[in-house]
Amino acid sequence: MSQRYSSFEPKGTRWLLQRLTAAFLVVVLAFHFMLLHFVNHAADVTFAGTQMRMQTAGYFVTMVAFGLTATFHGVNGVYNALVNQGIDGTAKAVVKYGLVLAGLLLAVQIVRLSLVMAGISL
Amino acid sequence: MSQSYDRGLVEDFGRWTEFSAGMWAWIFHKFTGWVLVGYLFTHIAVLSTAMSGPEVYTSTLQGLESLLIVRFLEVGLLAVAVFHILNGVRLLLVDLGIGLESQDRSFYASLILTGAIVVASVPTFLAGAV
Ligand code: HEM
Repeated sequence: MSQRYSSFEPKGTRWLLQRLTAAFLVVVLAFHFMLLHFVNHAADVTFAGTQMRMQTAGYFVTMVAFGLTATFHGVNGVYNALVNQGIDGTAKAVVKYGLVLAGLLLAVQIVRLSLVMAGISL
Repeated sequence: MSQSYDRGLVEDFGRWTEFSAGMWAWIFHKFTGWVLVGYLFTHIAVLSTAMSGPEVYTSTLQGLESLLIVRFLEVGLLAVAVFHILNGVRLLLVDLGIGLESQDRSFYASLILTGAIVVASVPTFLAGAV
């Protein structure tokens, strides 16, 4: 088979974003596991330790970006899975807006929580 | 021009004994994806105890980590996450047109590598709880 039938051609914004967030998450999720299980033991996590990490600008930005991209990737993934199962009509609309709402709430909570962890009060 | 062949419905799970490697990869990727989103919501809820004060956060996390069952669930989560990451990388490569001829082998490689990483991590994950 010499023919190259890559599917990497524009398939819409969500399709592309799902792949871009995936590429980012591969790295940060692996980093997150390494940091909180091997560098620091999960059992030894304290608020002080979390705050120390979150007060480093680079870590703070990484964690917020991690949270927001994971939210998009997860919620969009659920939506795609359900569309793939063949839901349509009202069910599809309900799922869509339900997931958008859940995703927005989680995103807001992640930002608020990150600020609390870093000890920043607005 | 894309070619396809009729592999039958993956949704028709009763046929699982006839499933090809690609169908298993699809099912595992979906299952691990569901677990990870579920975990993400739960994880943020647990971490949100920080909003009730530093002591609540620390005692909640340490209380959870002191339970053996939680340690085992974390090993399970690691397995799920590592598979989803490795198989996800495989899917990205396939989307880029890389390795189309060796998809079966790369799926088996993802499985074996996941197993090896998980087994190697067990001591660290259980340390202090057993
Ligand atoms: C069992 C393995 C895990 C442990 C022990 C763990 C622990 C933690 C801890 C302690 C924090 C607070 C930040 C810090 O102390 O540095 C955190 C943040 C976070 N974790 Fe995990 N985590 C685990 C797995 C995961 C997984 C699999 C995901 C994704 C599905 C995830 C997503 C996040 C996100 C998005 C944040 C940032 C929250 C924020 O900034 O508001 N974690 N994690």
